[in-house]
Amino acid sequence: MTIPIRRRRRAVLAIAVAAALTVTACGSSKKNGGNNATGDKSAPGVTSDSILLGTTQPLTGPAAPGYSKISAAMKAYFAFVNDKGGVNGRKITLNVEDDGYNPANTATKTRKLVLQDKVFALVGALGTPTHTAVLDFVNQNKVPDLFVSSGSRSWNQPSKYPMTFGWQTDYTVEGKVLGDYIKKNFAGKTVCSFGQGDDFGTDGAQGVELTLGQGSLKSKQTYTPTNTNVAPQIGALKAAGCQVVVSFTVPGFTALALGTAAKLKYQPQWVISNVGSDIVTLQGFLKDATTPLLEGAVTDLYMPIPSDSSNSWIKLFQMVNEKYNSNVPFDGNVEYGMAMAYTTVQVLQEAGKDLTRGSLLAAVEKGGLTGPGLVPFRFSKTDHSGYGGTQIAVIHGGVAKLTGPVYTTDDKDAPLTEYTTAPAEAPASGLPG
Amino acid sequence: MSRFVFLTFNGLSFGAVYAAVALALVLIWRTTRVLNFAQGAMAMATAYVAISVSQATGSYWLGFAAALAAGIVLGAIVQLSAFRTAESMPPLNTIVVGVGLLIVIEAVVGMIYGIGYRDFPASFDTQTYSLGSTALFSDQDIFTVVSVLGLMLVLAALLTWTPSGLRMRASAFAPEIARLLGVRVSRMLTLGWALAGLVGALAGMLVIPSGLGLYPQAMDGVFVLGFTAAVVGGLDSPVGAVVGGIGTGLALSYASGYLGSDLTQIAALALLLVVLLARPSGLFSGTEARRV
Amino acid sequence: MRTLRDSTLLRHLLLLVIGVVLVIAMTATFSDYHNYELAQLGAYVCAAAGLTFLTGGNGQVSLGHAALMAIGGYTVALLQTRFSDHGVSGPWVLPVSLLVGMLVTAAAGALFGIAAARLRGPYLAGATLALGVALPGITSHYSGFFKGDQGLFVPFDGPPSGLGTGFTLQHWQAWISLFAALIVLFLLANLNRSAVGRHMRAVRDEEIASALCGLSVPRVQILAFAVSAAAAGLGGGVFAVWLQTASPGSFDLVLSLTLLSAVVIGGLGSLAGAVWGCLLVVYLGTFISDRVDDLGLSAASTAKLHDNLPSAVYGLLLIVVILALPGGIQGLLRRLLALRPRRGTSQPTRSTTQPTGGLS
Repeated sequence: MTIPIRRRRRAVLAIAVAAALTVTACGSSKKNGGNNATGDKSAPGVTSDSILLGTTQPLTGPAAPGYSKISAAMKAYFAFVNDKGGVNGRKITLNVEDDGYNPANTATKTRKLVLQDKVFALVGALGTPTHTAVLDFVNQNKVPDLFVSSGSRSWNQPSKYPMTFGWQTDYTVEGKVLGDYIKKNFAGKTVCSFGQGDDFGTDGAQGVELTLGQGSLKSKQTYTPTNTNVAPQIGALKAAGCQVVVSFTVPGFTALALGTAAKLKYQPQWVISNVGSDIVTLQGFLKDATTPLLEGAVTDLYMPIPSDSSNSWIKLFQMVNEKYNSNVPFDGNVEYGMAMAYTTVQVLQEAGKDLTRGSLLAAVEKGGLTGPGLVPFRFSKTDHSGYGGTQIAVIHGGVAKLTGPVYTTDDKDAPLTEYTTAPAEAPASGLPG
Repeated sequence: MSRFVFLTFNGLSFGAVYAAVALALVLIWRTTRVLNFAQGAMAMATAYVAISVSQATGSYWLGFAAALAAGIVLGAIVQLSAFRTAESMPPLNTIVVGVGLLIVIEAVVGMIYGIGYRDFPASFDTQTYSLGSTALFSDQDIFTVVSVLGLMLVLAALLTWTPSGLRMRASAFAPEIARLLGVRVSRMLTLGWALAGLVGALAGMLVIPSGLGLYPQAMDGVFVLGFTAAVVGGLDSPVGAVVGGIGTGLALSYASGYLGSDLTQIAALALLLVVLLARPSGLFSGTEARRV
Repeated sequence: MRTLRDSTLLRHLLLLVIGVVLVIAMTATFSDYHNYELAQLGAYVCAAAGLTFLTGGNGQVSLGHAALMAIGGYTVALLQTRFSDHGVSGPWVLPVSLLVGMLVTAAAGALFGIAAARLRGPYLAGATLALGVALPGITSHYSGFFKGDQGLFVPFDGPPSGLGTGFTLQHWQAWISLFAALIVLFLLANLNRSAVGRHMRAVRDEEIASALCGLSVPRVQILAFAVSAAAAGLGGGVFAVWLQTASPGSFDLVLSLTLLSAVVIGGLGSLAGAVWGCLLVVYLGTFISDRVDDLGLSAASTAKLHDNLPSAVYGLLLIVVILALPGGIQGLLRRLLALRPRRGTSQPTRSTTQPTGGLS
């Protein structure tokens, strides 16, 4: 007898659903092409001749201006190293995923890198709000999370997040050094802050108040990267009579702040965090107004000035940029990417021929790494923070010039210490020792 | 006081843009009873046309003109292709078609141009004039308000005093009778869409320079606010669109200035709900009949 | 089997059991990454089911369902954080958070429903659109509490030890998400067949007549909003558990439009349609992106196509389906399997209000 319609329908629907899902599952597992190396449990992503690394970057979205060049620069340096034989005979591949500076996308893309691509380690994942979203996941899955591209203190929690390491100078440290400069050069003036509405902005403002004094910031304005109308905040700063504004902004928003202030006929002394002060990037927005708007602006640098062609590191990176990065305009972002790639290669080498996740972490925590930085790294078993200081630079005529001593300090209330050791020269071969 | 003055001029400038978007929506609603959800995306696409033409010819104003022309063409094409079928269907269908078109246009633009920010300069100087230490308005602000009002006056004159305008109004008001009297009703409807496309394109060219640059989602926020303005003013009323637009611009400017810039969208929602609670069909709506 | 044919509840219970068995079987064989994708599917299904219930079943368009999901997601995040801070744990913690998330969102939905009860057609669409865009702004303004763009962590216990050490976190997330979806589908299916469902369809199709028959139209509409919001709130809570964060970027306008696409393409008003639509939205996108990668074009071209081709396809499908195939995938399936139309059609038959151009 014929099966009743309803039962037939149920059966067909159930089979259809299961079939559809199985098909898609099979289909999507076939698609893992060349960028998915396998390995054993302690070293996924490592084979006898390759290492697979992953990173999440804002290739699009509000933080892309400037930052989108970092991953290309990293890849360029890795290509340079691969041409010279790689690290212990292994060539490095970097899988770059675009998260558009949106933490929701970061969560998805990071899972793709870890669960599907099965990378050996994450390197240089960019962004404070973005990477904070995946800290738990990455550490739960025991993936080495090296050199997060952000100055938040969240990356320096060795007991809670043992897999995660910072690299650049903390925003709190930056804030302390900037605040110290303000105390010495702009005493008595009203100081305010303009920062991103997350740990980036709050850490920076906190650092400034550690040296200038609690409550010394008269007005603390914030912005969200998804809202480009900053006129209300700049207007509020002007109304509060702020004469010095410390800004912890990504480059796009530094440009917006400077431009909006100019429109409002408001000319405070700008003190800009390193991450938002790259002149070439700002020129992309402000064009001819760049030089006048940045005149006298104060910022800080913990690596050589990108335009200083007499520096051995800049020479090395410019050579790599020419040959492996299509000779794009060389700026702070390219320098950042290559310097980070250099540190990555250093620790990979140090981890040895028998490369495992454990040996990689040990290599970082061993410390003693040198590089283009003006200050040393602070890596150790109990410190995952990265560079520990910075130096003030002032912008005149569209060019930044380092001034004053190099300072190191912690991200609590220790005083600033001068660091007088000269930075190391770049190795002749271009590869870490 | 100086903040209030600045916020007022800022609000008027943005308000003109919202009024333009609202007017485009009202034009389409009045002629074809369709709510064009893709209006913002269409304006964004014409802005990309402006970039391409400017780069090819080296002239900003040629690009500007090309954007307006593209707006006319795109408006007509969209109506002739997707919406002609949808016009006779329930309202939900036209909304969905509009949303679908929004998605398609943004995706296609992304495929051609990429989704990164494109540099999009303003038409005029954005430095503000000032009275003492009070910032007032810039050349760009003046251009925005003047061009939008000018276009509206031209459209109003077109609709009121020309034979084509009369035919358009007849096609919207009483299509069967107009057809009997020899009016090419479908052609008039397409013309309505084309004009709406023109107005939308102008809005895009005026407002996009105020952000970080041009990218496929650049007009989404403006569209939502223009939509709010149209709904507040009443979808049937062009006057309502203008008043709604300026009013929305001012209200949001004050809200973001005095309460905080993250509250802009919430202020818009509050404005919308308050107006609609009092008058569910907008401020300038007439009474409507419903088929039972 | 007459009892099955007569008893809606038994029929649905049987489907539920089949669903549970299917979920357990599939998640056991899938890899971690695929279970991760399944978890996303479950979250979408919860919200889409709610949306199709509201828009298809009651004729109220919602372009802001992601905002309702956000309310659920943030409630769960806040509760879970409080629980974790006070050291409370146990297998009942997460279900309680999800339930509270549902209730809070239902209340918010009812509130919005009250405000929107007098609105029709495009005005309602506009109000929901404004809601969808505005709600994430609250997280920026009260960024101290909601942590702004960064969002909140969602701590939750891993799989219970009784399931064995090989039971991964992704497997557990898939279970939570898919079981939640099955529960939502079960409840909404029963609601659809009940008096509530009939009232909703009556109001959708013939508002004036329903009022004349004694139905309180605003009350029915508010109820529909509340129920739909509850489903969306559960979806949002599950979404937050899946991503382990609740941030405004997860619940943006794109998500609202994606849900609408899923619901329309799958078949407006049909719960099975909601499932098809979500399957399409979750898997078609990755399928297309991967084909693009396989084409081996230049890096720039690949990036442009990879990000945008899936959206272009959805948009086109949306337009084509709504113009040519109003019943969506479910309607197509029904016709292919030559099935009788269900009692009490779930498709909207007419528009409710259509002010004529001539008389305004």
